[in-house]
Amino acid sequence: MTEVSKGHAGEPHVHRGEGCGCLAADLAKAEEILAELSPVDSGDLIPLLQRLQDAYGYLPADVLAEVSERTGIPLSRMYGVITFYTQFSTTPRGRHTIRCCTGTACHVRGAKDVAEALLHEVDVEVGGTTADGRFTFENVACLGTCFLAPVVMVDDEYFGQLTPAKARAIVKNYS
Amino acid sequence: MKENTEKGNTVLVNIDGREVAATVGSSLLDAALAAGIHIPHICHDPRLTPTGACRLCLVEIEGERGFQTSCTRTVAQGMKVRTQTEGVRASRKNTLELLLSEHCVDCLTCDKDGDCLLQDYSYEYQADKARFPNVAPAAGEPNYTTESFALEYDPSKCVRCQKCVRYCQEVQMAEAITMANRGGSIEVSTGIGISLNESSCELCGGCVNVCPTSALYDKQAKGLGRSKDLKKVRTTCTYCGVGCQMDFNVNPKTNRIVRVTSEVGCIPNNGSLCVKGKYAFDFVHSPERLTTPLIKENGEFREATWDEALALVGKRMTEIRDQHGPDAIAFLSSSRCTNEENYLMQKLARTAGRTNNIDQCATTCHGPSVAGLGESLGSGAMTNAIVEIEDVQTLFLIGANPTEAHPIVGLAMKKALRKGAKLVVCDPRDTWMAKRADIHIKHKPGTDNMLINAMMGYIIEKNLHDPKFVEERCENYPAFLENLKGYTIEKAAEECGVPAHLIREAAEMYAKGTPSSIFYTLGITEHSCGTNNVRNLANLAMLTGQIGKRSSGINPLRGQNNVQGACDMGAMHMALSGYQKVTDPAVRAKFEAAWGVTLPTNVGGRVTDFMEHAGEGKLKAFYCFGEDPIRSEPNSTKLAEDMAKIDFLVSQEIFMTETAKLADVILPATCFAEKDGTFANTERRIQRVRKAVDAPGQARPDWQIISQVATAMGYPMSYNDPGEIYDEMAALSPNFAGINYERIDKVGIQWPCPTKEHPGTPFLHAGRFTRGLGLFQAIPHTPPVEVPDAEYPMILSTGRTLFNYNIANMTRKTAAIEHKQPENFVEVHRDDAAAIGIKNGDMVKVETRRGSLVVKAHVARKVRPGMIWMAFHHEESNTNLLTNDAFDTTTRTGEYKACSARISKP
Ligand code: SF4
Ligand code: SF4
Ligand code: SF4
Ligand code: FES
Ligand code: FES
Repeated sequence: MTEVSKGHAGEPHVHRGEGCGCLAADLAKAEEILAELSPVDSGDLIPLLQRLQDAYGYLPADVLAEVSERTGIPLSRMYGVITFYTQFSTTPRGRHTIRCCTGTACHVRGAKDVAEALLHEVDVEVGGTTADGRFTFENVACLGTCFLAPVVMVDDEYFGQLTPAKARAIVKNYS
Repeated sequence: MKENTEKGNTVLVNIDGREVAATVGSSLLDAALAAGIHIPHICHDPRLTPTGACRLCLVEIEGERGFQTSCTRTVAQGMKVRTQTEGVRASRKNTLELLLSEHCVDCLTCDKDGDCLLQDYSYEYQADKARFPNVAPAAGEPNYTTESFALEYDPSKCVRCQKCVRYCQEVQMAEAITMANRGGSIEVSTGIGISLNESSCELCGGCVNVCPTSALYDKQAKGLGRSKDLKKVRTTCTYCGVGCQMDFNVNPKTNRIVRVTSEVGCIPNNGSLCVKGKYAFDFVHSPERLTTPLIKENGEFREATWDEALALVGKRMTEIRDQHGPDAIAFLSSSRCTNEENYLMQKLARTAGRTNNIDQCATTCHGPSVAGLGESLGSGAMTNAIVEIEDVQTLFLIGANPTEAHPIVGLAMKKALRKGAKLVVCDPRDTWMAKRADIHIKHKPGTDNMLINAMMGYIIEKNLHDPKFVEERCENYPAFLENLKGYTIEKAAEECGVPAHLIREAAEMYAKGTPSSIFYTLGITEHSCGTNNVRNLANLAMLTGQIGKRSSGINPLRGQNNVQGACDMGAMHMALSGYQKVTDPAVRAKFEAAWGVTLPTNVGGRVTDFMEHAGEGKLKAFYCFGEDPIRSEPNSTKLAEDMAKIDFLVSQEIFMTETAKLADVILPATCFAEKDGTFANTERRIQRVRKAVDAPGQARPDWQIISQVATAMGYPMSYNDPGEIYDEMAALSPNFAGINYERIDKVGIQWPCPTKEHPGTPFLHAGRFTRGLGLFQAIPHTPPVEVPDAEYPMILSTGRTLFNYNIANMTRKTAAIEHKQPENFVEVHRDDAAAIGIKNGDMVKVETRRGSLVVKAHVARKVRPGMIWMAFHHEESNTNLLTNDAFDTTTRTGEYKACSARISKP
């Protein structure tokens, strides 16, 4: 593969090997991880992706392409794994993740209003990351704590029986 | 990987009360299907690892609880199986209804209507599409195929059987696609959702061919006819020498080829195709096709009638023949055309033309194989069958890039690798195979004999040769041995520019890895020492006894669809059909009696001689059939000048080529999709070519045109059909005598096949060489005619790529191919690129002593430093302006693989 690429729907540029000229100095982190885990084969894919995600905060397309080139693990195989597990993301993530429950119990208790208040408060779209990199906002099915409905999680912490006002107050505590 | 090598062992299984014999290791489903017992199955394909994803092949096995997926169960002696109980039928119906709930059930407007497993099974089980609420994904969202011209993915039709992904991973090994996401949103995607063209996709279309529904479909075929309206015509691919069997899906209402498919189980390709076989047929219906005879008057072509054109050709050719003698007239036959047409072409030359000046493009490619292997072993053909490749233990590839040039042979090699074969690749580039090789010798172009001699010396030193084989089956060993003395590993390492230990390891791996097999192509032959290269590879095989067995031998992969056949048919100066020497009195007598003429006695020449003679003004009339020498021979500028000196030039063609433009008369021909006949593939298998559509305009089948030209030249020729021509040829040629159209209707036969009872010959030289004793020859290393110097410090090598075919006037008519490879390029090592300050994607000027071109640079580490590599597919940027018209000393094959060059910023 030699041509420089652009994905179909404005997807990120994918690095095409040497001379491509696209790579930021950032590759250093990936190199370190590869060196540490070497020799890497397909069996190490999940730990490898976890390490990369920890290092970069997400899985940048260019880094994945380079890692694929060096390890011989096809990009398609990585992508299958990345999209299978929710822990992985190919877009930059905020420092904190807001998970807003949209399950039935939460829904009937006003989860929609809570969500709207939060979206407005931090200024983001569902699935997106705030411009200041503070939050990534996700809707999730049932968080399994229906007795607390409506429920929102921020990082690993649960907040229950929320109202729009309470929710706004909570996120103010994160920077 | 379900790759069972045990053969012949069977077990008995009871299926629905019937005793069925099944091969050990086969799946229950395959065993049932082979016995004609119908079990529905969507995710199964005998080429793929079973996954049990669709759950339609459920059966009951006695003594086991619940239902089992028969595709994932291996047969066992005494197994009792029931396939049609109420329970399994109800479960299958339920599964189908769930599938339908995720499917946009739209048979009215679906291209697959009539050839869809989901449709068939839903009907069979009367599945109710409304039983569950429909949750099919939306159609029309952009996905990885949106920008592709080749294929289209519609997730609303996808049943998530994963066959496409498994095919891409396991068979093609392209790893372009995957199943992305989870649960209800699972879909097919490339890595990170990039477009198909930017992924590692090779456009083989295998994913489309395996898809049980219309979820993956050929984009250009959409709307041109539903599957149930299409008629399948089995034929042989017209591109490379693999000779894949494929089915033209023709819409009889529109006289159009709609798409190409291939059937699992067919020989030699088992349902797989490459991008050319699958997609490069648009040229057939191109508006640029020649449709009427043309005569040049005052430098302009005018349309003419057939009668006029034929009369003119007849008159001028005979005049020149009579005035200037047999060496003033020459015929160039075509390895792109059928056996029948090649046979007729040489008959035309030798009867009406009264000359042995007949050749075809084997001179341009595998002339050295025909000559070199013919001399050493007695037959110039590939010694083994394609199906034997998967059982080779050590694949020895030299100057061959099968995954691009012979992709289906490439698939067979991939299969061998999956089964654990070792791989040695000698190639100056990092090809697909080289990257996966156990040993990659990335030697300098033109140092093959240095390498091979050193390897052989080492093999003898380490006692890894086969003295018994050498003693009993070969001759001239002492002279050969004497010659090896000068070639030490150290010297070779130095000359070839590779580490010495790699040469030693390669020699050992090849000698020990029984069965080992050599595969080579034009990286060996297209050198001024091409025939010597071939002779030396024969030495290597004989020395180690790695020849004359199943899965072991020396295999030139032939370039063109019928270059094997064109040689077989005697379209060359020194032999008649079946390699019968034109100087042999008995042979002459036989043909003279059959043809009713006295055969010509001039020696005759090769295409490169013809061109030289044209330049000298000695060649006055030239009949050029299905070839474009101006584009395909080296040093195009000089060649065009030489050709312009010919008094009377005839071109029998399907397109207006560069050569045709110079012609006095152009005769419009039919392409392979419009006529009947046979091709011989690289493994000597004679296979049928069948007419699928009508020819455009007044174009005529070549065999008719040749007969009419012969008649116009005063030698009456007439045949009712190609079968008749074949039978005439077979009766005169012992190698092919046992073959007729009836015998090869389903599966082709590999010659030699001397009698009607003979099954054909999968591998050659068993027990005895065709020649008798194998001939060892002392081969010196000689450098290319042009070697790098201060002025032109680099080596330019050329070749072809996966996506286009040679001069590409056929393949480039396909949008998907043009999209993938729109322009010429040069591969440059990044150190050399850095030295002149260019980056990947920049334009660069490439110069040789013969010409210069400005092309895009592909900068990487694919080629050796000091070397550049180019393909020759693009008319607007003709690489053969640069190549050297230096020739192999025996066969006059051009030295395309090495000349001196330099690069600079334009
Ligand atoms: S066309 Fe061939 S290489 Fe491309 S995705 Fe389909 S199976 Fe893979
Ligand atoms: S696209 Fe076709 S082959 Fe691939 S998973 Fe969907 S239905 Fe199966
Ligand atoms: S491998 Fe050769 S014969 Fe087969 S489809 Fe491709 S070009 Fe045609
Ligand atoms: S529905 Fe929200 S936690 Fe269960
Ligand atoms: S064919 Fe067996 S589960 Fe699909």
